[in-house]
Amino acid sequence: MTQANIQIQVRSISSTNNHAVFIFDISGEINAQAESVLMDTYTRVNSSGARTIILNFQNLQYMNSSGIGLLVTLLIRIQRQKQNLFVCNLSDHYRQIFELTRLNEAIGIYATEAEALAAA
Amino acid sequence: MSDQSSPDVNTNAGWAKPVDRLKSPGVPAGAINLNVEGRQLSGLSAGFGQMWQKTYKVRLSGSPAAPQEVVKVWKAEFPTFWPKGNNLYVPLRGIQPGEVGVINLTAPGGLKLSTGIMVIYADETSFSFMTPEGHMFAGMITFSAFEEDNATVTQVQVLIRANDPIYEISFRLGVGHQAEDVFWQGTLTNLAQRFGVNGHVVQQNVLVDPRVQWKEARNIWQNAGIRSTLYMPVAIVRRLLGK
Repeated sequence: MTQANIQIQVRSISSTNNHAVFIFDISGEINAQAESVLMDTYTRVNSSGARTIILNFQNLQYMNSSGIGLLVTLLIRIQRQKQNLFVCNLSDHYRQIFELTRLNEAIGIYATEAEALAAA
Repeated sequence: MSDQSSPDVNTNAGWAKPVDRLKSPGVPAGAINLNVEGRQLSGLSAGFGQMWQKTYKVRLSGSPAAPQEVVKVWKAEFPTFWPKGNNLYVPLRGIQPGEVGVINLTAPGGLKLSTGIMVIYADETSFSFMTPEGHMFAGMITFSAFEEDNATVTQVQVLIRANDPIYEISFRLGVGHQAEDVFWQGTLTNLAQRFGVNGHVVQQNVLVDPRVQWKEARNIWQNAGIRSTLYMPVAIVRRLLGK
């Protein structure tokens, strides 16, 4: 298998409602190899009282169908913890993919980080 | 899951466009085309039952075929690898993003079931299907090949929820799971034989979400099994009348 080509920088911010929000600045590719990086990052912040996770896709280079599958399993883990999952800065292309897979019905999609934070 | 690096960064290559309703033109005579035309795709987070991720793998030990070659053959001859009694009427353009195929399955108990799939993603080493409303499950199936420890590995990975309470009961009783397992194990065994390998299927099941989604219980109205069963007398009369 090829190596993971994903980097995630995590920022912790309090929302306007004083809820703990963690922003994942994702760069690189979301595919099968990204699983351990993405899930380990979530596991770390989950123990810090996160209320909302925002995936910032501004620097996303590529996501294949395995990557979409990863987002589904991440969504389930987050929902089971009664947390929220939002995404922001999706390109038109990936916004269409969220529509195709109907993930836009389960994940809050916001044009900008500021809008996502306002909803958190 | 698929395991390729990005084939075509920042383009639409690889992914289908969103669709409101499925269209299934060009279905051959003799195929039962129910439960596809005009249906929506089931969403990846939709479906009623528990969410399972099931992974089936076969190592093509001793075969020189590279992952790209395996997937090329898999796409081109896709229905021939399915266990007998099941048919996928491949769309005219083949396994390509956006194409819709009609499936006639033999379900447990000999029930004939008509449903379909849409190809949502395809690249050189993988392709993925989603299912329409009424299918046994909501979710995604990803077919892929990749290199691991100096051999090409073929893989089917399903990420699914039973679509309605009836299907969920069959899964809880083990009937649905067994049918699913036999189907994909048979498919991978047949694919391995195509490359001259007597493959041993390794399977891993993960219960991603043990909860059911009661808001999806009304999916039962679109149950493809029930609709196919109700349609069978009509199909027999049509066949007798030569229509």
